[in-house]
Amino acid sequence: MVRFIFRRLLQVIPVFLGTTLLVYYMVFALPGDPIAALFGERQPPQSVIDALRAQYNLDQPFWVQYGLFLKNLFTFNLGVDFTQQPIAAALARAFPVTAMLAIEALIIQAVFGIAFGVFAGLKKGKLFDSTVLVVSLLVIAVPTFVLGFVFQLIFGVQLGWAKPTVGANADWGNLILPAVVLGLVSFAYVLRLTRASVSENMNADYVRTATAKGLSRPRVVIAHILRNSLIPVVTYLGANLGGLMGGAIVTEGIFNVPGVGNKLFQAIQRSEGPTIVAIVSVLVLVFVITNLLVDLLYAWLDPRIRYDQ
Amino acid sequence: MRFSRTSKALGVAAIIALAVTGCGGGGGSNNNSSAAADPNKVISAYSNEPQNPLLPANTNEVYGGRVVELLFEGLRAYDSDGKPVNALADSIETTDSQNWTIKVKSGAKFTNGEAITAKTFVDSWNFAALSTNLQNNGFFFESIEGYADVSAVNETTGADGKKTSTPAPTAQTMSGLAAKDDQTITVKLSQPEADWSLRLGYSAFYPLPSEALKDPKKFGENPIGNGPYKFEKEGAWVHDQSISLVKNPDYSGPRAAKNGGVTFKFYTDPGPAYTDLQADNLDVTDVVPSNALKTYTTDFPDRNSTRPNANNSTLNIPGYNPNFQGEAGTLRRQALSHAINREEITKVIFNGTRTPATEFTAPVLDGYNDSIPGSDVLKFDVQKAKDLWAQAEKIKPYDGSKPLLIASNTDGGNKEWIDAVANGFKNNLGIQAEIQPFAKFAEVLDLRKSQSLPGLTRAGWQGDYPSLYNFLGPVWATNASSNYEKYSNPEFDKLLKEGLAAKTPEDANKKFNQAQEVLFKDLPGLPLWYRATPIVWSNNVVSAETGWNGGIRYFDIEAK
Repeated sequence: MVRFIFRRLLQVIPVFLGTTLLVYYMVFALPGDPIAALFGERQPPQSVIDALRAQYNLDQPFWVQYGLFLKNLFTFNLGVDFTQQPIAAALARAFPVTAMLAIEALIIQAVFGIAFGVFAGLKKGKLFDSTVLVVSLLVIAVPTFVLGFVFQLIFGVQLGWAKPTVGANADWGNLILPAVVLGLVSFAYVLRLTRASVSENMNADYVRTATAKGLSRPRVVIAHILRNSLIPVVTYLGANLGGLMGGAIVTEGIFNVPGVGNKLFQAIQRSEGPTIVAIVSVLVLVFVITNLLVDLLYAWLDPRIRYDQ
Repeated sequence: MRFSRTSKALGVAAIIALAVTGCGGGGGSNNNSSAAADPNKVISAYSNEPQNPLLPANTNEVYGGRVVELLFEGLRAYDSDGKPVNALADSIETTDSQNWTIKVKSGAKFTNGEAITAKTFVDSWNFAALSTNLQNNGFFFESIEGYADVSAVNETTGADGKKTSTPAPTAQTMSGLAAKDDQTITVKLSQPEADWSLRLGYSAFYPLPSEALKDPKKFGENPIGNGPYKFEKEGAWVHDQSISLVKNPDYSGPRAAKNGGVTFKFYTDPGPAYTDLQADNLDVTDVVPSNALKTYTTDFPDRNSTRPNANNSTLNIPGYNPNFQGEAGTLRRQALSHAINREEITKVIFNGTRTPATEFTAPVLDGYNDSIPGSDVLKFDVQKAKDLWAQAEKIKPYDGSKPLLIASNTDGGNKEWIDAVANGFKNNLGIQAEIQPFAKFAEVLDLRKSQSLPGLTRAGWQGDYPSLYNFLGPVWATNASSNYEKYSNPEFDKLLKEGLAAKTPEDANKKFNQAQEVLFKDLPGLPLWYRATPIVWSNNVVSAETGWNGGIRYFDIEAK
């Protein structure tokens, strides 16, 4: 077990180096001087631009830039972004907000997705099942940004149930609306995965045995059917958490959530290499750790799975 | 069967969505204007994270600029028409447009109690101009004698042939600037400039407390000023989220605050801000998203305004393009200009938020003239365009082996109008023309700076201070800082200089407009249109207005 975890953590190193190198190079290869772009038509004296270029090592060749970036990273000095603000502080502000949003979305999609999925799976072919299927198909078919705008207009502007944007007041309550939008698409997938898995396991031998032993219906469903049906769902949710953390650019944009997605969007617009790579680095870590947790969850869900041979 | 049921459901959903969007603006239109204005209520406004610490000498972009303008007060301030009025200055006098004497009002203070004297201004301006301080707005002091010494740089050429310039001042202060006593500043310019005092309301000329000069970066996080507003508290700038300003009770100038404070909320995109306004969750925005340009007047009936401001757009034709050189080139430039239907483009594509250009500056400026000789070239006239083009063909045939490219960044929604202009060239002149799209403004700028654009380019100018010269000098004078296409005409330079040396602003403007006649002959760029800034406001405020430069006059907004 420990060896397994250790081995998995070792894998982080090449993944980390590879992604940062790739992202750093892509930003480097973007045409146009990002410093000059900060100023528009009215350019400051060239000495100001040159001083800024030197400050961000933009006057160095690529390998030197990347080397300096790595060196700074390992000494926990992320430097400043193009607005002269420390990047570490910006990340410390943005990540908790996005984490809140992602966890809220994850809870919504897990709780509702699994609950509806189980009911639909148990009553396969009935009215509830078909309705849920159609609705989930609809949700999958409609792009997130459409859902976002429609929800924002209905609940934010027309009904006034929630504030249309989050802005500076990012708390659990204000994040509900964006979390619902963010979680909705995955909710539909979770629902369909659970439904398929449950309806398949319903006819398994061990379920018949459990029922024959005289166990109550809820116990059969929860301890036997559901637990065995969860492996694909948990895999999906785990992979999805990373996506929720990093892929919330659209949702965070619509609801003006001051999170990682928004920060990343702004950094890309400004070709801010150091900020982009810093954010991506943290996202890589999040991905690796959630995937590790998912793998460890397997053993709990299905004791037949062993890690050490 | 199931398929058709699904599509029906989709249709219903679409109808609901449409209905919801359709009545989006109607919900909150019960304009209760009878409510009395509340002078202590704080209003909220659209903004974004400032790019620099909030220091007037360093802030040269809109989001920081709007905060700095509210936190500080200079010698002069601009009224809503762009007319400068004295603020901290008692008088500004000159007899020869070169030697200026400025009397500073006595008793003015920063909010930390520090007195503002003539020396405060001299120190602040010297700080901004000194090249080692790396202030973005340093070049605003270029007319003062001795600027060349404090702004001197060392140019070195690296191994790769790239030039870098490092600051190497030969003096620490400008020789033309002195504080004679506590209340008197004397300024000697390196040459006469009749319109010099017009710029004294610009933020680069604001006074700075001594703390700012010691540690500008730290100061810029929690600036202390003398303007109509001050920071609500230490740390009122919450990065990536908001800046909260409150009324400065000790302020007594021409820009007194009519509300209790302004909270600038940061949005990375103007769309959500617009939605917030529809729900009265935000009070005013000066950026209407492009997809709402057609609907903002109906979304916000009686709560919108579109006022022209000092801003223009041109289509620049680089002089190094062989197709547009010499006599034939001039005829072709005229032909292109006649082939652009400015009237229709401003109406159809910009929904009236632009007005067709009549010259090279902007209509809100003092001295603006809409009938400068030669400005006929801006009229849409297909026949004339064709005739001029045919004449040029007789002199030197047009090299049409490659299509005529119009360079622009497309992230700001420029594609539509450039397509329209290119189609005008195609249909009216029979040449191939198309947009040369770039993802980012910086890419176009790089090519403009290195003189390597193959075709035309979009350009624009936003006035720094309300003067005709500000639209002509920095853009079209030989070797000027923003003259990226390197246009040069000694006659134009001479007329500008004569205008600067004129005794009265009227004489100066006459010369500047004569200089424009030269531009109309050469057509280094084709004036396209002037921009108006559409703004909308919520039910929580009485009204809002933009000033001469398109910025909202936040201090004039009354809350209810």
